[in-house]
This record gives sequence, structure tokens and C-alpha cells, in this order.
Amino acid sequence: MSEHGQPHIAPLKTYLNVFAALMALTVLTVGVAYFDLGAMNILVAVTIACIKAYIVILYFMHVKYSARIIWLTAAAGFIWFVLMFALTLADYATRGWLPFPEAW
Amino acid sequence: MADGQAHTPNLAHHFDSMDQQRESSSLGMWLFLAQEVMFFGGLFVAYGVYRFKYQEAFAVASNHLSVAWGAFNTVVLICSSLTMALAVRAAQLGDKKRIIRYLVATILLASLFLGVKGIEYTEKYHDQLVPGPTFQYEPDFDQYAVPVTAETAHPNFAGHVHLFYSFYFVMTGMHALHMVIGIGLMIWLIVKAQRDRFSREYYAPVEMTGLYWHFVDIVWIFLFPLVYLVWRH
Repeated sequence: MSEHGQPHIAPLKTYLNVFAALMALTVLTVGVAYFDLGAMNILVAVTIACIKAYIVILYFMHVKYSARIIWLTAAAGFIWFVLMFALTLADYATRGWLPFPEAW
Repeated sequence: MADGQAHTPNLAHHFDSMDQQRESSSLGMWLFLAQEVMFFGGLFVAYGVYRFKYQEAFAVASNHLSVAWGAFNTVVLICSSLTMALAVRAAQLGDKKRIIRYLVATILLASLFLGVKGIEYTEKYHDQLVPGPTFQYEPDFDQYAVPVTAETAHPNFAGHVHLFYSFYFVMTGMHALHMVIGIGLMIWLIVKAQRDRFSREYYAPVEMTGLYWHFVDIVWIFLFPLVYLVWRH
């Protein structure tokens, strides 16, 4: 909380700018999907989605103006998700990389 | 009170100040949302594993979804997030009339989203793509933009399309259920606002519902590109 008693009230313009950015990124994500970027397609899609989520969290969800512990909690949700995703996919993606020892 | 601060009726006795009370409810809500991230996250991870494993079938299945409806709904949901953010801002300013007006707008946009979802589900029902005993899918390999032929396709290609639609209905269905709950919360907020329960000092329910609503928006921000925009080139 920045001031005592009342939390930070963002100006109307901030919300409209965030809204415009979200719209532009939506157009971008649809447009880019029609270009063949190979394996990059999914990476671009996820990156744009992450940027959109980030500005929603920062401005619409007021994390930018919130206490450190709110930052920490939001980041924890993200980090644990990335851990779950990375470890699970690392397992599935690498299955069959090594030959199964026959003597066992 | 010990510090001589005037006691506001909205300050619960176990908090020292309105600031502390506000931070506590925010923290509680964020903890709940972190738990929600893990809930939807589990679904996204499972979807990711199978999409990685059965790339062609998932691409073909995704091509049956309507990008136009998906994109339209994305725009609708972002608009609803804006109106919700403005409702919270109105609450911060103590503007009761605007709180109600923006909440009504958010409910209308949410209903529009659910209506479109209903149209999409109906289409899938008619195409017999709803998972279960009525699911019917005959691969037509000549038609696909995805480079897959009858020879290269997995023998259980149709089964993998079935799997994609199981994910589609569970993920968008859980998302839609969250929206229905959100609409219920907003109706409750409108009733409370009408009864003058909110003030510049106390509007926590509006703010917490706002956090919840933006979270639901974020889930769709990921669902749309990952489920609808597979292999569109």
C-alpha cells in the first residue's frame, strides 16, 4: 500500500492503455498463427499469452501497486506451475532417448 | 482502540487497521488464485503432453474449431476484464452508480461469452465430436492442411482426435463454470452495492471478485492460442 488509508487508484488512462495493448496482442496472436514458423509457432503463441497475462496481473489485478507479499504469492503460483510443466515434459520428451537395457 | 484510531464498522476486530485488513484479504485471494493456477495448470500440462505425443491428430482436431468464434470470445472477455477493472476503480472512488453500471456491463459480456460457447458446443454436438459413446470421427486425410496421410497416421488417429475433444470440453467447460460462478458473485455484489454496503474504505468483495474475474480472463488468454490456434498456416 503506497499511501495510508487509501490504496493507489490508477488513472482511467492506464486501464484504457492496457485494454488497447491486450487487443493488439490478440490480433497479433491470431495473425501470427497463419504463418508457418515451424516449432516457433507455439513459442510465439505462449510468449504473447505470457505478456498478456503479465500486464493483466500488473495493472488490472493491481500487483504493481501491491505489497511485496502479493508479488511473492503471484510469482509462487507461476514458478510452481513452470516446475510442474518443465519436469513433466522433460520426462515425456526424453522417453526412448536411451535404449532399454535388455539384460534386466 | 489502542492507537486512538476511529473505529469503522467495517474493520473486523482482529485487524489493527483497514490497511492490514485489506492486505490480508488480498493475500488470501492470491493464495486461492495460486491454487487455481495449479488446478488449471494440471490440465494444461496434461494437454501439453498429449499434444506433444499426438501432434498431427491434435492439429487436425484443433482445425475443426472456429477461430472466428474463439477470437470473438477473446475480445469479449478482455472487454469484460476492462469493465470489471473499472468497477473496482469506481468502488475505490466510492461511486456506487458506476460500480453497478460496470458490473452489469461485465455480466452482459460474460453472458455473451457463454452464449457463443453454447453455439460452439452445439456445433460440436451436431458434428458428433462430443466425447463419449456418440463420438464419431472418420479421418479424411486428403482434406487436412496438416501433413498427415493414411499411411503415416497413427492407427488410432480417431482416438487421439477423441482425446483432444475430451481436453477441449473439460478445459473450456471448467473455464465456463468459473465464469458462471463469477456471474453469481457479481449479482451478489450488485445487491450489496444497492444496499449501500460499500464505501471508499470498504469494498473488499468488489476487489476480490475483480481478482477472480481477471484470473478467469488469463486462463482464456492461454486457452485460446493453445487450443484454437494449432497448425493454422
